[in-house]
Amino acid sequence: MDTMTEFREVADQPYGYLQKLKDQTGKKMVGYVCSYTPEEILLAAGAHPVRLFGTKQQIHLADSHLQSYSCSIVRGVLEEGLSGRIGFLDGMVFPHTCDSIQRLSDIWRLNIPFGFHSDLVLPVKLNTPSARDYMTDVLRKFQNDVGRALGVDITDDALQKAIGTMNAIRQSIRDIYEIRSQYPRLMSGADLYTLVRASMMMDRERLAGMLSETVVKMKAKAAGEKPDPSLKRIVLAGGMCNHPDIYPMIEEAGGAVVWDDFCTGARYFAELVAGGDDPAAGIAERLIRRVVCPAKHAGLDRRAKHILRLVKEQNARGVIFLLFKFCDPHAFDYPDIRKSMDEAGIPVLLLEMEDPLPGEGQLKTRFEAFLEMV
Amino acid sequence: MSEAKSEKEKRKIQSEKKMRDIMTAYYIDAKTARQNNKKVAWITSGGPVEPLIAMDIIPVYPENHGAMIGASKMGVDLCEKAEAMGYSNDLCSYARSDISCATVNGGPIGGLPEPDMLVCCNNICGTVLKWYEVQARYFNIPLFIFDTPFCHTEYTKEAKRYVERQIGEYVAFLEGVCGRKMDQDRMKDVGRISFEGQKLWQEVLDTAVNKPSPMTAFDAFFHLALIVTLRGTQQTIDYYQGLLAEMKDRIRDGIGAIAQEKYRLLWDNLPIWYRMKWLSKKFAEHDACLVADTYTSAWCGAMKYIDENKFLDSMAEAYSRIYLNIGVDEMARMVIAMIDKYQVDGFVLHSNRSCKPYSLGQFDIQRIVEKERNIPCLMIEADMVDERSFSESQISTRIDAFMEIIKDRKKGRA
Ligand code: SF4
Ligand code: SF4
Repeated sequence: MDTMTEFREVADQPYGYLQKLKDQTGKKMVGYVCSYTPEEILLAAGAHPVRLFGTKQQIHLADSHLQSYSCSIVRGVLEEGLSGRIGFLDGMVFPHTCDSIQRLSDIWRLNIPFGFHSDLVLPVKLNTPSARDYMTDVLRKFQNDVGRALGVDITDDALQKAIGTMNAIRQSIRDIYEIRSQYPRLMSGADLYTLVRASMMMDRERLAGMLSETVVKMKAKAAGEKPDPSLKRIVLAGGMCNHPDIYPMIEEAGGAVVWDDFCTGARYFAELVAGGDDPAAGIAERLIRRVVCPAKHAGLDRRAKHILRLVKEQNARGVIFLLFKFCDPHAFDYPDIRKSMDEAGIPVLLLEMEDPLPGEGQLKTRFEAFLEMV
Repeated sequence: MSEAKSEKEKRKIQSEKKMRDIMTAYYIDAKTARQNNKKVAWITSGGPVEPLIAMDIIPVYPENHGAMIGASKMGVDLCEKAEAMGYSNDLCSYARSDISCATVNGGPIGGLPEPDMLVCCNNICGTVLKWYEVQARYFNIPLFIFDTPFCHTEYTKEAKRYVERQIGEYVAFLEGVCGRKMDQDRMKDVGRISFEGQKLWQEVLDTAVNKPSPMTAFDAFFHLALIVTLRGTQQTIDYYQGLLAEMKDRIRDGIGAIAQEKYRLLWDNLPIWYRMKWLSKKFAEHDACLVADTYTSAWCGAMKYIDENKFLDSMAEAYSRIYLNIGVDEMARMVIAMIDKYQVDGFVLHSNRSCKPYSLGQFDIQRIVEKERNIPCLMIEADMVDERSFSESQISTRIDAFMEIIKDRKKGRA
């Protein structure tokens, strides 16, 4: 099967895929909700990490636990848990991020009794020596907790191997992003979206192989390509995107998404774990150096600077912010980042995403108007 | 007529005036800090204020300011200004009104005194982190983040080590900004005074155990200001001693907070600042007294972790384990303990769209309470400062219906 077809199948029917994977390998399935989750530790425990994104279904059950002012991710994840649709999971990890996820963890623990439940209470500030030590301490504790819960002894060797796998995956996705940034027509935005989503669900060993194969193929294709200066290069920013349809809309309007600042995108593969004989410290170091999420503090202007740098490096003509309604960390950052963009003369479009999105016609018009302007 | 008036007079808490005087003097002091060569720190309501007092830095609380903005019904205007600056109307209304107020010096006291430094403790929410980042950029001043890992089910030894280390960093930060050392003896005194103040505040709240209760939660919301803003000062102790004595007198004389207390209720979450009068009247009309709440007790709820003689060391745990920094199940346990202690007939939950850490999880707390104590619960959807989220007619109807259930239940039991 063509690799892209396989990615598509996983992204379309993730639960079917995961159930099959579980039946075939006997691996413990562990769900998680945030890109600060150290997948390496789960892999080293012989478990399979699964990122949850929300739901495509109507919200019924979550309504009796969450008020209307919680974001669609939190509601969607809880709905999936309560409905039993992800009953194949053996456990959940809740890294400390925003206030809503924090309460989601409590609500989950009290209402969805399966497997092990881990609160990975990471530091909120990342730029002090004590926060760095605490990050390492907490990862070591997590390593012990996971080991105990799954009945395995997580050795440093296993951890080193998992670090190798995850580094290879991150490097490949970065390579794909980079080639695609040069020649956006080599892979549609929707395909890139699909590939990254599938990456957070697939068997990581197999994934690593498929991704490096994809890189080789893309490199070969790229050899005959010429850059297309007519494309309007765009960067997407925000929490994540749950609506792949926006990629073709942007493309039809003459744009090309060349990079992003999403936790299910570039923040996922940002930075590799450096080698060294203390794997937990290495993982901690990566999480600290990584592009920061607005729920964490690494200085006052890190995100604005990062997005400015992205625009410059990627030679982009504008930034589209996709912000979830009720997402506090991103909403607090937006006005200041917006100001930095305005000062640098970079056009910005803000799309507040409610579930469901505004009609396709309306969205298309907004993208067209924006792309005309950039 | 005159009798009705004296009735009301009788129920008025005499300490109120003193409280207003103290708060006025405090804000004048803070506003003239520059002239007096004193430094001002803005600090979050759950933040460790004692080191500031020991260093003679004037602490200012944007959240207390937010409450004043709400109570004086200036919230909508300031929130709208923040929205015009690009801040979403879904963000905490304290944060929204403070952010815009700083730029226009509006609000009931013409804005807060400009800070020399910011101290943000995230034991109440993640919102304060983002809010203080905004202010640190705006004023271009140093920001100290006191990071208290959330205690879903435990206060881990890893967290303990981290928070304890930050106490040293915090003191070093203050010494750096002020250019002088902290006086350790002074710090010890402030620690003891703070502890004493918290104890007194708890005793004041405890008087509501009496039937009829000498005070309501609405009174507590008002008298809370000192334990929040001036914790660690002798003034607080003197004031609460006076208030406590007054409450004890009322108990002795059989004076209740409302004319006729037939039903006792517990309140959850922040007050609805702009409708305090309306709500207290509304409940009083049903002979219902809100005797206690989960909010005002947050400033003395973690006392068991404090060693008053080693305040600085023990405050790490106390500040980490306050009401909003613990799991929903532990919150429910504390609610149930309050239901038993104050012997309440019903539980009113303010689902506050501003405050996610306080409000998300309330449905589960309600379910636990209904199951364990089988008392009627009412959830009101509103916001503490932004009046646009308050629907008077709807809430009025719901309170009436809720009180009917309580009355029926009580009748059934009697
Ligand atoms: S979208 Fe925002 S509010 Fe929702 S889970 Fe993510 S960080 Fe939290
Ligand atoms: S009301 Fe809630 S969200 Fe706002 S500052 Fe207070 S604790 Fe934080």
